[in-house]
Amino acid sequence: MLRDITIGQYFPGNSLIHRLDPRFKIVITLVYILMLFTGSSVICLSVGALYTIMAVLLSKIPVKMFVKSIRPLMPFLLLTAVLNVLFISGGEVYFKWHFIKITSDGVSMSVFMIIRIVLLIMGSSLLTYTTSPITLTDAIERLLSPLKKIKLPVHELAMMMSIALRFIPTLIEETDKIMSAQKARGAEIDTGSLVVRAKNMVAILVPLFISAFRRADELATAMECRCYSGGNGRTRLRQLKSAGRDYIAIAVTLIFYAAALAVGILTK
Amino acid sequence: MAILETQELTYVYSPGTPFEKTAVDHVNLKIEAGEMIGVMGHTGSGKSTLIQHFNGLLRPTSGKILLDGEDIWADKKKIRDVRFKVGLVFQYPEYQIFEETVYKDIAFGPKNMGLDDAEIKRRVLETAHDIGLKEELMERSPFELSGGQKRRVAIAGVMAMEPKILILDEPTAGLDPAGRDMILGHIQAYHKRTKNTVLIVSHSMEDIAGFADKILVMNKGSLFCYDDTERVFSRAEEIAEIGLDVPQITKVFIELKKQGLDFGKDVYTMEYAKKLLLRQLSAKEVK
Amino acid sequence: MKNIIEIKDLRFSYPAEEGKEPAEVLKGIDLDIKEGEFTAILGHNGSGKSTLAKHMNAILLPTSGKVIVDGIDTADESRLFELRQQAGMVFQNPDNQIVSSVVEEDVAFALENLGVPYEEMRRRVDEALRAVNMYDYRLHSPAQLSGGQKQRIAIAGIIAMEPKCIILDEPTAMLDPRGRKEVMAVIRKMNREKGVTIVLITHYMDEAAQCGRVVVMDKGRIVLDDTPRAVFSHVDKIKKIGLDVPQVTELAWELKKAGYDISSEIITEEECVNAIKKLFEKEQEK
Repeated sequence: MLRDITIGQYFPGNSLIHRLDPRFKIVITLVYILMLFTGSSVICLSVGALYTIMAVLLSKIPVKMFVKSIRPLMPFLLLTAVLNVLFISGGEVYFKWHFIKITSDGVSMSVFMIIRIVLLIMGSSLLTYTTSPITLTDAIERLLSPLKKIKLPVHELAMMMSIALRFIPTLIEETDKIMSAQKARGAEIDTGSLVVRAKNMVAILVPLFISAFRRADELATAMECRCYSGGNGRTRLRQLKSAGRDYIAIAVTLIFYAAALAVGILTK
Repeated sequence: MAILETQELTYVYSPGTPFEKTAVDHVNLKIEAGEMIGVMGHTGSGKSTLIQHFNGLLRPTSGKILLDGEDIWADKKKIRDVRFKVGLVFQYPEYQIFEETVYKDIAFGPKNMGLDDAEIKRRVLETAHDIGLKEELMERSPFELSGGQKRRVAIAGVMAMEPKILILDEPTAGLDPAGRDMILGHIQAYHKRTKNTVLIVSHSMEDIAGFADKILVMNKGSLFCYDDTERVFSRAEEIAEIGLDVPQITKVFIELKKQGLDFGKDVYTMEYAKKLLLRQLSAKEVK
Repeated sequence: MKNIIEIKDLRFSYPAEEGKEPAEVLKGIDLDIKEGEFTAILGHNGSGKSTLAKHMNAILLPTSGKVIVDGIDTADESRLFELRQQAGMVFQNPDNQIVSSVVEEDVAFALENLGVPYEEMRRRVDEALRAVNMYDYRLHSPAQLSGGQKQRIAIAGIIAMEPKCIILDEPTAMLDPRGRKEVMAVIRKMNREKGVTIVLITHYMDEAAQCGRVVVMDKGRIVLDDTPRAVFSHVDKIKKIGLDVPQVTELAWELKKAGYDISSEIITEEECVNAIKKLFEKEQEK
C-alpha cells in the first residue's frame, strides 16, 4: 500500500546527529558529497566509508533502515555495475566472448561506482532520517535567505515546501481511500489490461484533484484568518542555534575530507 | 444459511513494524440474508477495518470470510465478483464522484460488471428513483449538485450494482437532521423493496435504533455484542461505558428505573416512549 | 455589557451566475452579541448560518448593511488584521486549517505572522496548548492525531492570538462523538474561564442546548432568538424547519399535547426524569 513508502522518512531521536543544527547538517552533507566525488581511488573512498559508518553509528538508527533505503535503487545499481564492467577495459582480461570483454579495470571500476553510490545514498538518507522535513525546509530557507536580496522568493518557496510536506500524508491517505472506494465499484487498478487501468486512473485522479483544490481553497482562507501576509515581519517559534558540537562536526568532516585527498595523492 | 460469515477473522496492520496493531481480533459472526443491521463502535474500534473485509478490500491476516458458504479468498481471481455481491459505500462517498454526468457516475459500477446498456439504464434509473434523485438530474454534472444530492448519487452508484449485501459506512456523517432523515428513509425503502441485507455503520444509536433488526457493536478490535436491537439496548449502560452514545430517551428510562419507576421494558425510540408513558398514565387514571 | 458584535440589516447575495438572478442568502439580519456571551447559531444546511459567520470575520463583506466587530467595521480594509486578531475563526474540516507539520508550530502560525517576539510567542503557544489539553502532543505531527485532537489544535492556534471572540463554523460536524465532546468541553472552558465570547455555528441541537443563547436561522432570516429552553419549547416550529429538538423536550411536549400537566421547557435528562416522576405521583393521588 501507498502508506508503506519510506523515502524521505524521518526517525525521531535524540542522538548527537539528531541534535546538530540542520543548517550545519546540510553544509556537512554537501561537503560529504564533494568528498565522495573528488576521491578517485578505492582507498580514498574507504576514508569516506569510515566516516559514513561512524556517522551511522552515532545516529543510533538501525542499519536495517539504510539497507531498506538502498533496496529500491538496486536495479539502478546493477545497471551501473553491468555498464561499467562491459564498457571499461584495461588491465588483465578475465573473460572474452565476441565483443564482450571483462577486464580487471572494468570490475574494479564497477565496484568503485557501487560503493560510491551506496555511500551517497546512505549519507543523504542520514540527513533525512535525522532531520524532520520541516526543520530541513526551515534550514534551507535560512541558508538561502541572502538570496532574497536578488529578489528570489525564498520565503514563499519554503512555505510551499512546508505546506506540501504537511499535506503529503493527508493526500496519501485520501488516495488510498479513493482507490478503495473505486475498487468497491469494480474498478480494476492492480489488475486488468493497460487501457482499462489507465481509464480507471481517471476515476482516482479526478476526485483527488478536486479534493486537493478544495483543501487548498479552505487552507488559504484559514491562513488569511490567521493574519498571514507573506514573509515580511514574520518572527519564528523555531529558533536555530548553533552550538560547539556543530563546529566540531564540521571540523571533523573537513579533516576526513583532507585525509581522503591526502590518501588519494599519496597512493597515486 | 448465513449469507455472510466470519471465522476467527483477524487483521493486523503493518505486521513486523513498530506500528503493528491488531485492528480486528478473532471475530466470529453470522449475518442472515435480508436483515438490516446497525454497526456501532467508536473510531479505532475496528468496525471500518471489519467491513472492508466483507467485500474483499482487505485480506485477513488469519481467519476466513464466507459468502454464501464459500471462502471469498479461495480463488483470488474471483475477488472482483465478491465486490459486486457485497457493495460498500465509504464515508463521505461524494468525494469519489468523477464522471461528467450523474447518469455516468451511477453507471460506473454496473459498467464494470460488464452489463449491457439496456440493463445498465434500467438499474441506473431504478436506483436513482429509489434514492430520490429526479430523472432530470441524470444529465447534469454531479459537481453542480448540493452536498446531500451528491451523497445520494454516490450511494446510488453502489446500489446500482444490485449487491446482495449493501454496507454503508456512516451514510449520514456531516448531514443536518433533514438530510439525515432523508437518506435513512431512502435506505429503509431500498431495504424493504429489495429485501437485500443492509449494514449501516453509525456512531449514533439514535439514528439506527428505530429500524435495525440487529445491532453489532465493536470495541477495541473485538466483537462486543451482536444481537437483536432490543437485547442490545438492554445493555445500554455497558454500551455507554465503552464510550458510545446512548439515546437520551434510553438514559431517562434507565434513571427512572433506578428511582423506582420500572416500566419493565427497555426504551430506545421516541415513539415507543410516548406510547408507553401514555398507556401507563391512562392505566393509572382508570384506577 | 458591551456589544462585541453588532450586525445591522445585513443582506448578502453571491454574485449572480450568467443569466440568473443573484440569490439572496442573507435577507436582513439584525443581531447583537454581548461580550462574554455563548451563542449558538442553529440552522440546517443552506439556512445561511455559515454565510453569516463568515461576515463576522470579514471573509465575506455585506452586500448591504453593516457588521461591526469590537468597534471595527468589517468593511474597513485597513483594520483587517486587527479585526481578525479580535475575532478568530475555526472551520469545519480540521485537516484543511492546519498549516504546519509540527503541532506547536501550527499553534504559533498566527503569532509568527503578527511578528510576536520569541519569548512572548513561546509563552502564548504553551498556554494555548495547555488550554486545549494538547501540551503533551506539542511535538507531534498533526497526521498522527485524531479528528478531535486536530480540531483542538486549530482552536489553540486561534486562542494563541488571544482574541476577544471566537467564531466556530460547524467545528464538530466531521468528528465522532468522543471528538465532539472534547471540542465542546474546550469551547465551554474558554468561555467560562477566560470570558471569551463564543459564536458556535451548528446543526446539532445537543450542542446548542449547552449554550446560553440560541439563534435559529431559516432561509436567510433569524426565526428564533432566546435561551435554549425557550427556543426548544417551540418543538413544532423547529421540526418544521428540519431541525431536531432534544428527545426529552419532545417527550415532554408530546405528553403536554396529550393533556398532561408537564413543563414544555425541559432540556436535560434530569429535568425529564423528575417531571415524569411527578406526573405519576400526581396521577396516583387522584
